[in-house]
Amino acid sequence: MFSIGVTSAAYIAASVLFILSLGGLSNQESAKRAVWYGIVGMAIAVIATVFGPGVYNVFLILIAVAAGAFAGYYLAGKVQMTEMPQLVAALHSFVGLAAVFIGLNADMMLSTVMDMKASGVEEHAAHLTGFGEKLWHKDAVEIAILKVEVFLGIFIGAVTFTGSVIAFGKLAGKVDGKPKQLPGGHILNAAALAACVVLGLMYMSGSGIWTMVLVTLIAGFIGWHLIMGIGGADMPVVVSMLNSYSGWAAAAIGFTLGNDLLIVTGALVGSSGAILSYIMCKAMNRKFINVILGGFGGTTGPAADIEGEMIAIEADGVAGALNDADSVIIVPGYGMAVAQAQQAVSELTKKLRARGKDVRFAIHPVAGRLPGHMNVLLAEAKVPYDIVLEMDEINDDFPSTDVVIVIGSNDIVNPAAQDDPNSPIAGMPVLEVWKAKQVFVSKRGQGTGYSGIENPLFFKENTRMFYGDAKASLDKLLPMID
Amino acid sequence: MKIGTPKEIFDGENRVAMTPDSATALKKLGHECVIEAGAGLRAGFLDEAYAAAGVEVVADAKALFAAADVIAKVRPPSDAEVAMLRPDQTLISFFYPGSNEELMKKAADTGATVIAMDMVPRISRAQKMDALSSMANIAGYRAVIEAGNNFGRFFTGQVTAAGKVPPAKVLIVGAGVAGLAAIGTSTSLGAITYAFDVRPEVAEQIESMGAEFVYLDFTEAQTDGAATGGYAAPSSPEFREAQLKKFRELAPDIDIVITTALIPNRPAPVLWTKDMVELMKPGSVIIDLAAERGGNCELTKPDEKIVSDNGVTIVGYTDFPSRMATQSSTLYATNIRHMMTDLTPEKDGVINHNMEDDVIRGATITHEKAVTFPPPPPKIQAIAAQKPKEKAKELTPEERKAAEIAAFKAQTKSQVTLLAVGTIVMLLIGIYAPASFMSHFIVFALACFVGFQVIWSVSHSLHTPLMAVTNAISGIVILGALLQVGSGNWLVVILSFISVLIASINIVGGFLVTRRMLAMFQKS
Repeated sequence: MFSIGVTSAAYIAASVLFILSLGGLSNQESAKRAVWYGIVGMAIAVIATVFGPGVYNVFLILIAVAAGAFAGYYLAGKVQMTEMPQLVAALHSFVGLAAVFIGLNADMMLSTVMDMKASGVEEHAAHLTGFGEKLWHKDAVEIAILKVEVFLGIFIGAVTFTGSVIAFGKLAGKVDGKPKQLPGGHILNAAALAACVVLGLMYMSGSGIWTMVLVTLIAGFIGWHLIMGIGGADMPVVVSMLNSYSGWAAAAIGFTLGNDLLIVTGALVGSSGAILSYIMCKAMNRKFINVILGGFGGTTGPAADIEGEMIAIEADGVAGALNDADSVIIVPGYGMAVAQAQQAVSELTKKLRARGKDVRFAIHPVAGRLPGHMNVLLAEAKVPYDIVLEMDEINDDFPSTDVVIVIGSNDIVNPAAQDDPNSPIAGMPVLEVWKAKQVFVSKRGQGTGYSGIENPLFFKENTRMFYGDAKASLDKLLPMID
Repeated sequence: MKIGTPKEIFDGENRVAMTPDSATALKKLGHECVIEAGAGLRAGFLDEAYAAAGVEVVADAKALFAAADVIAKVRPPSDAEVAMLRPDQTLISFFYPGSNEELMKKAADTGATVIAMDMVPRISRAQKMDALSSMANIAGYRAVIEAGNNFGRFFTGQVTAAGKVPPAKVLIVGAGVAGLAAIGTSTSLGAITYAFDVRPEVAEQIESMGAEFVYLDFTEAQTDGAATGGYAAPSSPEFREAQLKKFRELAPDIDIVITTALIPNRPAPVLWTKDMVELMKPGSVIIDLAAERGGNCELTKPDEKIVSDNGVTIVGYTDFPSRMATQSSTLYATNIRHMMTDLTPEKDGVINHNMEDDVIRGATITHEKAVTFPPPPPKIQAIAAQKPKEKAKELTPEERKAAEIAAFKAQTKSQVTLLAVGTIVMLLIGIYAPASFMSHFIVFALACFVGFQVIWSVSHSLHTPLMAVTNAISGIVILGALLQVGSGNWLVVILSFISVLIASINIVGGFLVTRRMLAMFQKS
């Protein structure tokens, strides 16, 4: 059994290790070490707590941890890299749910402890857990604050839980990806929020646990309704936002339990998610609130007319251009993930590089359905990460590039964002692929992208449309490269 | 169809319109090839090489014109050659229809179709058959070589045991295809290269080739080359004055001048006047690529090399591509081959002369007994019009300093405001909240601060692993459940049991999947 001092020291070590673990992600090599910092930190924290003061039912804990660890091990081993967005969303929902449960527990234990205190039981006779002991010593003001914290933990946790479940459903294709809302829209959300606040106030004035159960349900509704109203391509923002929420929920629980490690970790995760959301919004040139409330900003006038026609090309034409090219940039998007074409892309890259051509990848921050999604897919297909570049690093190089291949991306290469002030995506930073000598767009058909905006790129003089499923198209192309 | 190439009969012309390589490619389109004996000799292609490529070699031009359905040659046809054309024949060559109207009428009367390689429109799709560009490229390269031949010093600067050699200074006037090729050759030989063009939009191209763009102190809105299909347009007298003044300023320093300035359908503008030549150092060289149209230099004599009174060599050759016949024949033959590819879309050896096609229509000058020159404007604009670029205002050092100070002040102000607001909020919380809460709150605030600092440095490409690892560490809520699971209330036990379970999924799943992902990132 560890004393409180040892446990606290362990918590300090764990906090430092978590911070190092996040900081280590600044580059690919140190990241491999950083993940171990995280694992060790977590192990220290859990062991110090389990064998620390005031923890009972260790047997139950072991069963739960073993079962959970097995499930986690199974999931992590089985998941496809294209399914990462779903997995991340699912894991968020767990944190949310756990936060709700812990919040409810805190309230139940509070009333038990208060009852015991009122009936005059001595402290040493009450067999208190670590948390129960803390509750025993709280005065009236502290209990009021505790109730606020319980309320916040439950509210944020419930929103995170249902929101993540819906995000998971949408990303996995189990729920329709189109934005959908009940009549009343955001007024409904506002009303639900008001109801939660009222219930919270009632709870503070001693109305009992039923208010919190109601808050759980209503907050769950808000999470569900909010995410239902957001469309597929905004998922990077949604997932980062839920990531942030799961952190804040953990922090709120930390306050409730008076546990500094929980507070630190929750704050780290919360700010990480907040920054990711900010980066994603910036990359789409949209206000965070605008993404969360769904839909694009209003347009200021009719979109500019597009001249020219889409010209299709066959695999041999693309192969010819690639054989002649010295420099090639590939721009992958969500379509590549959907078609599972990353292996074919990697093959193509290998073949072209073997012939001494300069092949690089341009990644837009919101390509895919998760921040950094494309990087992971390409890494899985063994594309070396030093040829995978960010938008800012590569945008100036397009004019000196011979061939650009756009695979399954649309809005992130739309020149209208720069040229047409009336476009709904005007001002969004985009990859300037049209400045290259030749652009091939691998695409299923002639339809518009997620945002429903025509893409003038497809009509440009130097653009050719390479229709068909990305994987099938590339497989056809591969044997012709020589 | 049979494609035939006669020997060039123009005096001093060494090029040939078909090479063994291009013949092999033409056969893949389903055509047969025939060549006049000795046609490729001066370009370094022997009859045996043609025969080996499966080209039929015939003895003279007459036999060739009789055998071939398509005649591909370099120079415009002579009267005698036109006379040999048949109604169903196609002739592909340079033609310069603007200045050869009589010949064009004669050719039209024979009923043959004539495709002028110099009339291929300047659109991206037609670049592969743009023979003017491929010839200009060679001329630009050769101009620098010719200049080196006549220049008594190194191009590149050197510091040797025998003394220091300054680098040559080269000025290239007109940055079209020839000009850019000259810039590339000159910079790669190590000379300090300056370049000038009336079209402001080429400044970027010039700088990308490693030369310095010569800017004029002139504010008039310069015409955009896009309006004229990428060619230069005549400039205003004021502009010309400013230009000449600049050249006069440069002349004493420049060792080699290469002029390539041409305006479509006009005599070449005089840009290097007699007094500029006089300002130059003895031993300097001027290569005038515009000699055929009268020359950019006032003293140029077409087809001749002269030396001025002050010892400046002025080269006015007009046959630079022909002087590199092997290279120019290879490129020209490829241009012809690409033209044939467009003419036989089915690759079955049958020519489909599609007058709806912008490129074919533009290049065809006689068809079915009618003159079809000049062509209607192409359906697609050659080059997108440039938007007037807003020039960033040059700031004086004082202004820049002032701007920097202002930015610094604004930043300080926003940070101080933020800090002040934050402090007040903290104070308010501190007044009402108990001490036990505040101690946790300090931890929370610091952790947020550390989080923001740390996360900003995370690489974009690792955002997905970041999310997975934050997922794993947010499984730290397990601590909460661990502290509760020992409670006496069975409901609490069940709920915390579930919480421990799912939090463990998070921890183990999150870390393992992060590790899996990170292991995949590999350096090349």
